[in-house]
Amino acid sequence: MLANFLAMGGYAAFVWPAYGVTALGLGAAVFLTLRGYARAKARLAQFTGETGSR
Amino acid sequence: MLEYANPKRFMDLSGALLPWLGAVAALLLAVGLYLSFAAPPDYQQGDTVRIMFVHVPAAWIAMMAYGLMALASLVSLVNRHPLADVAAKSAAPFGALFTALALITGSLWGRPMWGTYWVWDARLTSFLILLFLYLGYIALWNAIEDETRAARACAILALVGVVNLPIIEFSVQWWSTLHQGESIVRAGGPLIAGVFLWPLFLMALGYTALFFTLLLLRMRTEILDRRVRTLALGRGR
Amino acid sequence: MSAWRALVMRDIRLATRAGGSAMLALAFFAAVAVLLPFGVGTDLKVLGRIAAGVLWVAAVLAALLALDRLFQADFEDGSLDLIALGPLPLEVVVLAKMTAHWLTTGLPLTILSPLMALLFGLEPRAYPALLASLAVGTLAISAIGGIGAGLTLSIRRGGLILPLLVLPLLSPAVIFGAGAVLAAIDGLPSAAMGLLAAFAFTAVVVSPFAAAAAVRLNLAG
Repeated sequence: MLANFLAMGGYAAFVWPAYGVTALGLGAAVFLTLRGYARAKARLAQFTGETGSR
Repeated sequence: MLEYANPKRFMDLSGALLPWLGAVAALLLAVGLYLSFAAPPDYQQGDTVRIMFVHVPAAWIAMMAYGLMALASLVSLVNRHPLADVAAKSAAPFGALFTALALITGSLWGRPMWGTYWVWDARLTSFLILLFLYLGYIALWNAIEDETRAARACAILALVGVVNLPIIEFSVQWWSTLHQGESIVRAGGPLIAGVFLWPLFLMALGYTALFFTLLLLRMRTEILDRRVRTLALGRGR
Repeated sequence: MSAWRALVMRDIRLATRAGGSAMLALAFFAAVAVLLPFGVGTDLKVLGRIAAGVLWVAAVLAALLALDRLFQADFEDGSLDLIALGPLPLEVVVLAKMTAHWLTTGLPLTILSPLMALLFGLEPRAYPALLASLAVGTLAISAIGGIGAGLTLSIRRGGLILPLLVLPLLSPAVIFGAGAVLAAIDGLPSAAMGLLAAFAFTAVVVSPFAAAAAVRLNLAG
């Protein structure tokens, strides 16, 4: 059953890379965006923490 | 510069909305993904029809993102609202990403059918040009040092681009019918049978939710960065 | 009228002096056209088919070469500020510069093209179409290129980003322009020339406004 699923009717070489690159691209976007946001928050906290005012 | 300092309402709203939006996106994508693989193989295309479920939504978002960018650019030029600049700037990299995904998945979808990884089909060619439009936009923003000037310049570029896009679409369509007969890759292949509609629909919704989640998050990041820059400027004195 | 003429003549003089953009563009155009057979082979049948596209692409690239200095030179020495303060509206100033650009690159390229087409063995009956399509199409190149030049005038090495911005926008011109020549080779009627003319007309009418807006934002602040 699993073998059939993975084989994708013989088109495995096309279907899996398509989903793979999609997962990679979207995953990278999510990861980088979240990380960018976290860093920006940290930078701002650093600034407002240092000056002690808002 | 103070106008950039704290668009409070946007930050409050997006902050409250984001967790839900992200959850909805994840849910839609999960269900859509399951249905994409649960659907039976197509009569003509076999299992390659599943590629449609990641190709078509990506293409839709690629185009929607540009429309959004153009709209934000118009608001930016007419209204000078700083959020519009932030929105346009934030949308661009994701638009480029989805365009690239549409191109790659489209190429993989076409290979079993056409025998080559690339065909100068109207749709693929238009998306290739769209990718360059996005890249040019991002390059221009990065190349101009002053942030306000960059925003205005890119706004003009986006508007020129959006006016030109239908013309480009038309010319590519015209050109491809000249050289190849009718367009080979249509949005969903020859026909979209009902059993394929649900996965397509859910994946499209999921992609949309994901795009807006990423967009809002990136906008928040940009706003925070601007606050830091403003504060740094103030301290520099 | 005389302010317009003065501006156009000035730009023409600047472009045609030694080391100016006019000769450079022409030389580049010829170089590309001559170089191509080395890469593609000398089969005149093949060259004759690709002549339209090659000459068109070479013309676009050559015209682009001359574009990044369209505003930049004046911007750098401050004369652009002075011109902008002058009697002519900025849109007219921009149009004058685009006109000068066309007169010193697009037009000479068009005139040179039959000679290049000879090297490629272009079908004789396609020559009028070649001339017409380049004459009209280079107008669009100067116009849309001018928008790119305006947007990038403050970027010190904007030369590289200018083609990236402008080439996608010019794809309809290449498609219709080369298409017109290809149709003429086969002796078929084609809408290409009309479509190209419509595109060029729209470009010439709309570009001064977009380019002036771009110049304005770069001059301010």
